[in-house]
Amino acid sequence: MSASIIAVTSGKGGVGKTFVSANLACALAQRGERVLVLDADLGLANLDVVLNLFPKITLHDVFTGKSDLEQAILPAPGNFSVLLAGSGLVEYSRLTPEVRDKLLEVIQAVTPRFDRIILDTGAGISDVVLYTISLADEVLIVATPEPTSLTDAYATIKVLATQQRRRRMRLVVNQTNLPNEARVIRGQLQQVVDRYVTPAMADPGQPLKLELLGGVPSDPAVREAVQKRQLLLEMLPGCAASKAIGGVADKLRA
Amino acid sequence: MSTPPVPTDRSPETLRLDAALQLLQQSGLALPDVADGRTAWLQAVVDGLCNLSSRDPLTGLANRRQFELALAREIDRVARAGEPALVLMIDIDHFKQVNDTHGHAAGDLVLKEVARALHDCIRPMDTVARFGGEEFAMILPNCPPAFGLTVAERIRLKVQGRSVGVAPGVDVAVTVSLGGAFAPQWVRSSAPLWIERADQQLYRAKAEGRNRACLEQPPVSFVSAEEKGLLFSVSQFQDDSE
Repeated sequence: MSASIIAVTSGKGGVGKTFVSANLACALAQRGERVLVLDADLGLANLDVVLNLFPKITLHDVFTGKSDLEQAILPAPGNFSVLLAGSGLVEYSRLTPEVRDKLLEVIQAVTPRFDRIILDTGAGISDVVLYTISLADEVLIVATPEPTSLTDAYATIKVLATQQRRRRMRLVVNQTNLPNEARVIRGQLQQVVDRYVTPAMADPGQPLKLELLGGVPSDPAVREAVQKRQLLLEMLPGCAASKAIGGVADKLRA
Repeated sequence: MSTPPVPTDRSPETLRLDAALQLLQQSGLALPDVADGRTAWLQAVVDGLCNLSSRDPLTGLANRRQFELALAREIDRVARAGEPALVLMIDIDHFKQVNDTHGHAAGDLVLKEVARALHDCIRPMDTVARFGGEEFAMILPNCPPAFGLTVAERIRLKVQGRSVGVAPGVDVAVTVSLGGAFAPQWVRSSAPLWIERADQQLYRAKAEGRNRACLEQPPVSFVSAEEKGLLFSVSQFQDDSE
């Protein structure tokens, strides 16, 4: 058995992509999965900040041959593993053949040992982000109800549909303020996809479907957890946002 | 040049300030009275030296060192905030001819006048620097792509509107070519890459005949106005069925 790889991406930055990745990893681990989060935001890694880790060994050291991959896989709070990019990876923010090969090599080496690999990608649709997503079995898009976030999420969906011919993408709406907001937003996105994206695809007979994994309500506890650099699911497992992320994990596993 | 007075009770004893004080005196910086406090005096010396080491002595603009610091800061900012930012590379047209025809002192006057014109064009948060030789560079944070060419053209016309008197009765008309590139949104660029992209546009401006501005085309938006319209239309309060 090898791991199922899911890329978490967002279009716009600052929508809680890394927050969702880390807490989803925790929720999946609580459900018995062996989870690895790979910080694939090569130019702007901040998984270490979210998890309050001070990594001595990072992907950079693996890429440059200074360390074994084994040593770079670190235990994180929340009972999952992480592979951190570290700030030394600034020079990899452009997709060179070298970065391409090394990333692929690393992912191939870790897949046999985990049930789930979460690729926390960078924001936007740069070539590094698109390449990282291309290595994943599934795509999870994180958006907030904010207009620029939705527009950028739609742009990402469109590019992935046309360039990678993906027929299914998962959606998490973060920071919702109304009970039905996530479902409404999924509907809005699907409506534009049906009208503009599916007809332009190579095989319009197989429509692109956006699947809502859940909405995570705006919750003051989230900010508190981020400030304290703790996993929300560990700090306040009973709060609304924690429960919502649990729901996302359940839906992903269903 | 006589060395200005140094406080006598130096501590540590080995502090040698003669060269530093000479430089500061040459730059015209007035230091506070030593009697007002040694720490304040030393701080003023250090501040003065920092200022000197960040400016181009001829034009008074930021020098290349200062420019690179500002560029690194801007790269950090746009990588996280995703705000648009523009880098312009600006080169004086046919500068060598000015030097060859009128001498290097005339060349210096031209450099100073262009520097003044550039300085008059910027907002407080912008950085304008002498990049080297007759090349200048500007960082314009928070400059939307739609305004880029307007800004660059304004600078070009500002310079074009000034002639430099290099000798009695001899005025030199000066023009500049500009090349610009925006920071890639959400992607951490590197300073050399960003400058290189702006430089490529500068070469294009030169090749197309000088006294013009060329900007790298911002990436085409993937989302049309129609798509945006539909995305934010009507069914705000409708529930959907998956």
